[in-house]
Amino acid sequence: MNSSVSAISDLIGRDYKEGFVTEIETDTFPPGLDENVIRALSTKKNEPEFMLDWRLSAFQRWQEMVEPSWAHVSYQPIDFQAVSYYSAPRSVGDGPQSLDEVDPKLLETYNKLGISLQEQKFLAGVAVDAVFDSVSVATTFKSKLAEAGVIFCPFSEAVQEHPELVSRYLGAVVPAGDNFYAALNAAVFSDGSFVYIPKGVRCPMELSTYFRINALNTGQFERTLIVADEDSYVSYLEGCTAPMRDENQLHAAVVELVAMKGAQIKYATVQNWYPGDEEGRGGIYNFVTKRGACRGDEAKISWTQVETGSAITWKYPSVLLEGDRSVGEFYSVALTNNCQQADTGTKMVHIGKNTSSTIISKGISAGRGQNAYRGQVKILKGADNARNYSQCDSLLMGDRCGAHTFPYVEVKNPTATVEHEATTSKIGEDQLFYCRQRGLSEEDAVSMIVNGFCKEVFKELPMEFAVEAQALLGVSLEGAVG
Amino acid sequence: MLSVTNLDVAVNGGMILNELNLEVQAGEVHAIMGPNGSGKSTFANVLAGHPGYEVTAGSVIYEGQDLLQMDPEERARRGVFLAFQYPVEIPGVSNVYLLKAAVNEIRKHRGESELDAVKFLKLVREKLKLVDMKEEFLHRAINEGFSGGEKKRNEIFQMAMLEPKLAILDETDSGLDIDALKVVAQGVNELRDSSRSIVMVTHYQRLLDYIVPDYVHVLAGGRVVKSGGKELALELEEHGYGWIEGQTAELLETRA
Repeated sequence: MNSSVSAISDLIGRDYKEGFVTEIETDTFPPGLDENVIRALSTKKNEPEFMLDWRLSAFQRWQEMVEPSWAHVSYQPIDFQAVSYYSAPRSVGDGPQSLDEVDPKLLETYNKLGISLQEQKFLAGVAVDAVFDSVSVATTFKSKLAEAGVIFCPFSEAVQEHPELVSRYLGAVVPAGDNFYAALNAAVFSDGSFVYIPKGVRCPMELSTYFRINALNTGQFERTLIVADEDSYVSYLEGCTAPMRDENQLHAAVVELVAMKGAQIKYATVQNWYPGDEEGRGGIYNFVTKRGACRGDEAKISWTQVETGSAITWKYPSVLLEGDRSVGEFYSVALTNNCQQADTGTKMVHIGKNTSSTIISKGISAGRGQNAYRGQVKILKGADNARNYSQCDSLLMGDRCGAHTFPYVEVKNPTATVEHEATTSKIGEDQLFYCRQRGLSEEDAVSMIVNGFCKEVFKELPMEFAVEAQALLGVSLEGAVG
Repeated sequence: MLSVTNLDVAVNGGMILNELNLEVQAGEVHAIMGPNGSGKSTFANVLAGHPGYEVTAGSVIYEGQDLLQMDPEERARRGVFLAFQYPVEIPGVSNVYLLKAAVNEIRKHRGESELDAVKFLKLVREKLKLVDMKEEFLHRAINEGFSGGEKKRNEIFQMAMLEPKLAILDETDSGLDIDALKVVAQGVNELRDSSRSIVMVTHYQRLLDYIVPDYVHVLAGGRVVKSGGKELALELEEHGYGWIEGQTAELLETRA
């Protein structure tokens, strides 16, 4: 088994190639958090009063809250006064610019990450919003999207240009005081992406936000709000990386999705934040609140996530199934290696009649990684004939890692159907030998087995991301033949 | 083709093979028979390079090269194929995916270009007929939910695709009903070739009615205790393994 363990660690212990630092002049707040910091942030962004009020009330709530401790993760307490709550490349100035004016250093940074911000060079059919530390630095294809009536812009721009939409939907799904990190985010969030798809519009391209943390001792607090009006459709992708640093950095984001009657939102994440080194030094603390609401009948929200990065992941993309016959889906691959810890899963809250939800979770643990699935399925009183199917599979590599499953089921309606399946397996020496006997290298064999394990999730990803996700797991493309 | 000399193999400290000798020439079919625990499957796995066995002495020369120095994948790429007694399941990985990767690894090793999808599919269809399998079979996950017969047919199908020089069949007949056995045997017979050697490990004579070997060796106590032509298998069938074991005991006593 030793040789196979080493192949596995070679495979997933590859260098973190996104770990470089961009030397760029920044406008950074000194560390610390109080009301003045929030006022300064709001002033800097030239925000209308409703935003400042919202932030301040969130801050008040946050101060009364306690950091949650129920997750299956352990870490040194975070000193929230040692974090800087705003950092922006100086060249970005007050607001987003046209693509021609973006600082070449930033363009180069994104190029190195494989994200071209020049529209002609980027993958056809994907529009990108690039968020660097606390601000959005560029958004591509805005005019093309505008023709279809789609709004896709940095959050701070939406606050200026579409205050009526922002004030209507901000906090509608994740209220300011929802939880400790969500409240912190509401108080200090600096940017993020805003999407609005009008009634009956099928968004003509994939939308994507690429988050990059660069500055030292800075937290990234972004907020994404996606509103899909009646009978519209949007597919949204999110990617993220950060430099390798010995200190832990905080990322506390909020994502809110609103799907009106008949609308469909597909939200995919490939999370590759710096995971820390082999000894567990450094890495991102990824404390994220993601929630979607199916507001109307037949609305559908689907979350797909591939989590390979971060020192700690604390994240439960959820769906509130309010409309009748609405559908929620959660597909997840979470990989923990070295000293990484992940406590991730989902919440499906069935409120409307004939609502259905599907949860497919694949946890892979290697090294000393700890991987926990935590999921809640709640069927409320009025949710006649609600259905849920949950499947949680864990794959262990080596004998120092751990996999844990915490399913919570709460059913208040006797007509509901709830199914839960869970398996735990070790990558088998016999499986490896079988593949090698057919001529595959040990590394390819591991890739193939891991890829097979994750197949049900990968097939939910848009093509571009499926490729990236598989490359991240060091796997080659399944199903290329036939 | 294959020359095994005084091979000793241990598992968890216990000796399983003890001074085993075997010579196989190109184009020959050898049957290795023996009672349970005689070391037949161990021998098959050692030839393929299973990491769970420790070779403590002896040598195995394959096409003039030291086979024991090679990783399992190198052996496979050089034409050594093992049809497994218990083929493993690999969930989520389709049969055809593994097969295409395997074919191309072997082609790469031979300095040939990768097969494109069209040529590959053509080859697949041709070989599927050999073992009477349907095309939908290709898209199922490897061995997952396969019946015993399907698993064994799949092994022979893979063998047909990979065109090995040395094919080792480990109890390919076990768990097969007579119809499935005929299909599998017919597939193997079609692959008999003057440049291909086959080593069949089996407990029962029954398989040898359908795949007639050139030589039969009887394994007992981790070594070849008797070799002969195909008629040896019939003798065994008549007298049972007790007959050989009695002879072996005598043999060992005279040596001591």
